[in-house]
Order: sequence, then C-alpha cells, then structure tokens
Amino acid sequence: MRYPEKTDLILLTSRPPQLETPMKYFDQAITPNDAFFVRYHVFPVPTAVDLNTWRLRVHGLVDRPLDLSMDDLKTKFPATRVVAANQCSGNSRGRFSPRVLGGQWGDGAMGNAEWVGARMRDIVAMAGVRLGAMQVTFDGLDKPAFPTVPDFVKSLDLSRIMEDPDVIVAYQMNGQPLPMLNGFPARLVVPGWYATYWVKNLSDVEVIDSVFEKFWMKPGYRIPDTPCGCVEPGTVPARTVPINRMPVRSFIAVPGPGTRVKVGQATRVKGIAFDGGYGINEVQFSTDDGATWRRVQLGRDLGRYSFREWSAAWTPPAAGDHRLMVRAFNTIGESQGATPLWNPAGYLRNVIERVTVQAM
Amino acid sequence: MRIVLVCLLSGLAVASTAIGQEKQIVLPADHDYATLKPGLHSELAQTQCQFCHSTDYIVMQPGGDAKQWDAVVAKMVKVFGAPLSEADAKAITEYLATTYGPSK
Repeated sequence: MRYPEKTDLILLTSRPPQLETPMKYFDQAITPNDAFFVRYHVFPVPTAVDLNTWRLRVHGLVDRPLDLSMDDLKTKFPATRVVAANQCSGNSRGRFSPRVLGGQWGDGAMGNAEWVGARMRDIVAMAGVRLGAMQVTFDGLDKPAFPTVPDFVKSLDLSRIMEDPDVIVAYQMNGQPLPMLNGFPARLVVPGWYATYWVKNLSDVEVIDSVFEKFWMKPGYRIPDTPCGCVEPGTVPARTVPINRMPVRSFIAVPGPGTRVKVGQATRVKGIAFDGGYGINEVQFSTDDGATWRRVQLGRDLGRYSFREWSAAWTPPAAGDHRLMVRAFNTIGESQGATPLWNPAGYLRNVIERVTVQAM
Repeated sequence: MRIVLVCLLSGLAVASTAIGQEKQIVLPADHDYATLKPGLHSELAQTQCQFCHSTDYIVMQPGGDAKQWDAVVAKMVKVFGAPLSEADAKAITEYLATTYGPSK
C-alpha cells in the first residue's frame, strides 16, 4: 500500500495511519526514509505544514517562553547528530501468545536513521527552567477531531533531558527533511527508548511541576513493574510503570521465511541487532535449534543506539527445512531469551527470533 | 517554487507537494480491507466505528470473546468519548464478539 513519501509498506490501518516496514529492508543498518514505519494515535494527522508559520512553542515553568522557528532551531543551537533505532512499543505484538488486542504488528514497526537536530537540553536551558520543574511534556500537530479523544501528549523527566545530550529535536533524517508521516518538520528523538516518546510533528513543549499522567502516559504505554516487565501469561500486573528503555533484539532479514536455498552452496544470512543504548558487541547464529552458537561478523559501528548490521555465511548441509536462529549481546551482557515473555499490552518482545528456510 | 509529485496510481492521487517552505500530502481513503464482515448489526458497527477511525482497526485484531470486545467498546465510550447509546454499544459488542470471536 502506497502512502505519500512512502514505498510499498504493509498497511495495518488507514485512519490514523499505521504502516509496517517489510523485513527485507533490515538487511542494512540504515532504514530508508521511504521505507520507515508509520504509527499515529489520533486522527486527523497533519497533512500540511508551512514553515513560515510553524513554531516550536516552549512554555510552562520557564523564565522566557520561546516560539522557535525552523530557522531558530537550525541557527541558535548547535546541530547534533545521532544514529538511533526507533521501535514501536508494540512491535511484534502480533506474535504474542496468548494473543493480545492492539495493533497487530509483525516485526517491522522499527527503523534506524541518522537524526540531526537541536539538543532538547539546550532549548530548555534557553527558556530557563524555574524552581520546582519536574517533567517536560511534548505535543505534536496531530489533534483529535473530537474534544473527548485524549490528545497524544508524552512526557519525560526533566533530569532525563538535562543529563542526556542525545535527546534532540530532529529536523533531519538520513540527510533529508523528515517525511510528513515520520514527523515533519521536527520530531523528538529519545535514543534507546521506545518510539512512543519520539513525538512527531512536534509543536509544543511544556515544563511542568508534576508527573504527567494523561491517557497516553497512564494507563497507556505502561509495562508491569517487575524486573522483566512481564507477568504470567493471561494475568494482570499489580503495578505498572511507563515503558522506557528497549531490550536487546536481533533479526534475520535475509533469507526470509520459506526461502529455498541450495544444499552445499554457501548462503549469505544478514540482519540487524540493537538494544536500548549500551551498544551491541556480539551477535550469534545457530542452525541446530540453539544447541550450539557461533559468533558472526558485525558491520560498522554507527553508535551505541544504532542498528548493528551482522552477516554470516551458512552452507545448508542437507535437504529439508532448516531453522535459523539469531541472538545478540550488548556491552553489559544483556541478551535475549529462548522463550517469549508476556504482558497484557504486548510490549517489550525480545525473544530469540527464528526463520525456517527450505534446502533443496 | 518546486513541486514534487511522488506517485500517482490507480486513479488515486497520493502526492507530496513541497512549495518552498510548505509541505503538503494527500492521504489515501480507507482501504477496502477495512470493510466489516456481514452479520447482525454490521451496518451499525461500520457506521459508528468508522466515524472516528478506519475499521481495519477491528479487522486486524486476532479476535476476542464477549468480555474482551465489551472492554474495547467501553474504552471507546468512556476514554475516547464515542457518542454511542447504551443499546448501540451493546449491539456493536454482540456483533464483534459473534463476527470477530476468539482466535483458535
């Protein structure tokens, strides 16, 4: 299904639009802008932006409220670059068992891009934070048609913003202005954390003196307050917290499921791995259901928040089905489990992925 | 002044226009696959649900039992403020639980 500025993506929903990236695009670290997934929460979504009138409003508990133009963003703050993976909280929800309601994503609600923009902490500092400030809220141009529908507004702790120089307001994605459906003219980039915080078509930043708990922060986008973020399948967590850092994931992009490969002929297996910002330092590949694993070659290191390419040569030893598996490790030793974890919203999936191919 | 027409297909204009400092896109209409399956109260569900969102939101779900769909409809009314009468909400829940029942 083709959407403006987008290639042929998998359509989940039209209104508001949700478009998934086919797995074949993840054979490289950078996801092209036209293949980058789309997920909106409320309708209508913005379809027109005029930079002559667009402003980023910064207000609330500040000394000097700001109305920043695109020119201001580009000239009043140092341009900062970060390559970072952007993954929907519900990526792979369609794989949950027992099944859960919600966007039935396959594995393509993710992408990785080089983002350039202004540091959020520089913007907040220019406005001057007042005593008692606790959180910052972020709102975009997507505004629900009906006043009863909760507007999509997200929040981060002020300390998170001030401590992390990589939280930016990005106006450039892979060297280009952002596609409209990925947040033109600017979106928040929160490296290492799930995409729900990366507010698109950003227009309003407010410093507040409390913890923001409107719908999309509570009860929306919460995970069980347990070390794994999981509960016994089919049960309800006693306490929840806002979703945050992404666990380790890795994928086989090629060959895809059901691909026919030749016995005795070397086949190239490729994919990507990423985590929530510690950086991937090892990827392993198995062809015997996880009995043995071998280390594979990693691609160029584009930074600790980025997808890391990996590749391996594999020669199918015999005819029949072969199950290929991949798992990754980050620099603090976190990895992926053999059995999937479960939570009622279908978040945080990071089980070892498997692809079955057919050797002939 | 610069005009970029990204693509035109099957008579449906899916375009992106950038004129200097402006950018504009045209979104496609709801896809045919969003059309709800026939059944008792299907027209009511189609009309009421698509008022706020495309009904592929329903079609893509794995299916749910009466309790799950009741929770979904209740969320639409209580959280999102869907202007549904109690009778219509009940009829839509029945339709969904019957037509989009639990996955196997």
